[in-house]
Amino acid sequence: MPDYIVHDHNHDGIDRRGFLKCMAWAGTGAFCVLQGGVLKSFALNQVYGQHADSLKGELSFVQISDSHIGFNKPANPDVIATLQAAVAKINALPTPPSFVLHTGDLSHLSKPEEFDALDQVLKGVKTSRIFFVPGEHDVLNDNGKQYRERFGKDTVGAGWYSFDQKGVHFIGLVNVLNLKAGGLGSLGHEQLEWLERDVKHLKSSTPIVVFAHIPLWTVYPDWGWGTDDGAQALTYLKRFGSVTVLNGHIHQTMQKVEGNVTFHTAMSTAFPQPQPGTAPSPGPLKVPAEKFRSLLGITDVDYVRGRHSLAVTDSPLAI
Amino acid sequence: MEKKQLTLTKAAFLLLLVALVALGSKTAQAGSPSSAAREVKIDNFSFTPNTLTVAAGTTVTWTNSDDIPHTVVSVDKTFKSKVLDTDDKFSYTFTKPGTYSYFCSVHPKMTGKIVVQ
Repeated sequence: MPDYIVHDHNHDGIDRRGFLKCMAWAGTGAFCVLQGGVLKSFALNQVYGQHADSLKGELSFVQISDSHIGFNKPANPDVIATLQAAVAKINALPTPPSFVLHTGDLSHLSKPEEFDALDQVLKGVKTSRIFFVPGEHDVLNDNGKQYRERFGKDTVGAGWYSFDQKGVHFIGLVNVLNLKAGGLGSLGHEQLEWLERDVKHLKSSTPIVVFAHIPLWTVYPDWGWGTDDGAQALTYLKRFGSVTVLNGHIHQTMQKVEGNVTFHTAMSTAFPQPQPGTAPSPGPLKVPAEKFRSLLGITDVDYVRGRHSLAVTDSPLAI
Repeated sequence: MEKKQLTLTKAAFLLLLVALVALGSKTAQAGSPSSAAREVKIDNFSFTPNTLTVAAGTTVTWTNSDDIPHTVVSVDKTFKSKVLDTDDKFSYTFTKPGTYSYFCSVHPKMTGKIVVQ
């Protein structure tokens, strides 16, 4: 039975308390959709039984992240198998995604055979296109040359780019190159100047989705979970009514809503990492077998034209 | 008569040999830090020891014992390792005195220092 939330204090079609409640559920596998100005949420096990139309927005896409093909330590000796499970999950969605975003760390050691293996698995995704941004594991030894040749066609500079789908403006950023000692992720002047020009002539009502590997907001600086000049990038997006920032890198879901900006990080399809400050370092976390697949997953995003926020839902490989 | 002399010579020679070996090993133990190798261990996203002081001419070897790849890159571009997976090593011989700050270019929050005297 869907849970209708009906308090609309700001008269903008968003029940903020209900939205936050929905976002809190997202980590446990809830599916939220904005339809006709009303937020509807469904528990994930109900989603698969619903008629596709009742869940359809105008645009839906999937984010996956941190596949780390080539990793083979105890935290996950078979990252190909878990990526295949994620692909199966995508293909089982009631609404096939228009496209898929991969937010980086495609490979573990930037090796050609790792990129090859990833390509093979992703061929099985039922979607028209997959867009990528690199993680720090994809640009080892060559500053990303190999990555750009394989996944960065039609990109600018070190691999950034933008595109439009159904009136939503998507921006892929690269914040894993030219990192400075003691620093966090970095976008750099050239990319920031490009970003400012890229959004300059868009109407403020254009929904924006930014995707990059390392979180653009400061999640946990001690572990490098943030971007030194991320705040600068966000100033160019301040005037837009709806901004969704999708990141990876931390191998767990984390959300923050700040004004018109919704920040969201995705689970990895390879291995979980500890929550901030709960371990000596952010390395691969070995967990009991029965818990393992509940900490890996995909993210489904749904947009309805005219509505402020995109509905972002995390879906673990197993509950 | 000759046989006795030979045995004495042999004994003297052996004694000399033993004495030389004893002296030799003592010299080695006395320690010449300038030619000894030194180690830095990489584990849990950190370099240990974080600051290492060595004499000029020392070869420092970094070993990655972490389950994630790291690199060793000096801030002033003096040295730069390839990516080191678990159990991979990187060595550099420091000939010039000075302070060499370095970091992991993949996880830049990981920093360390070699002080060469």
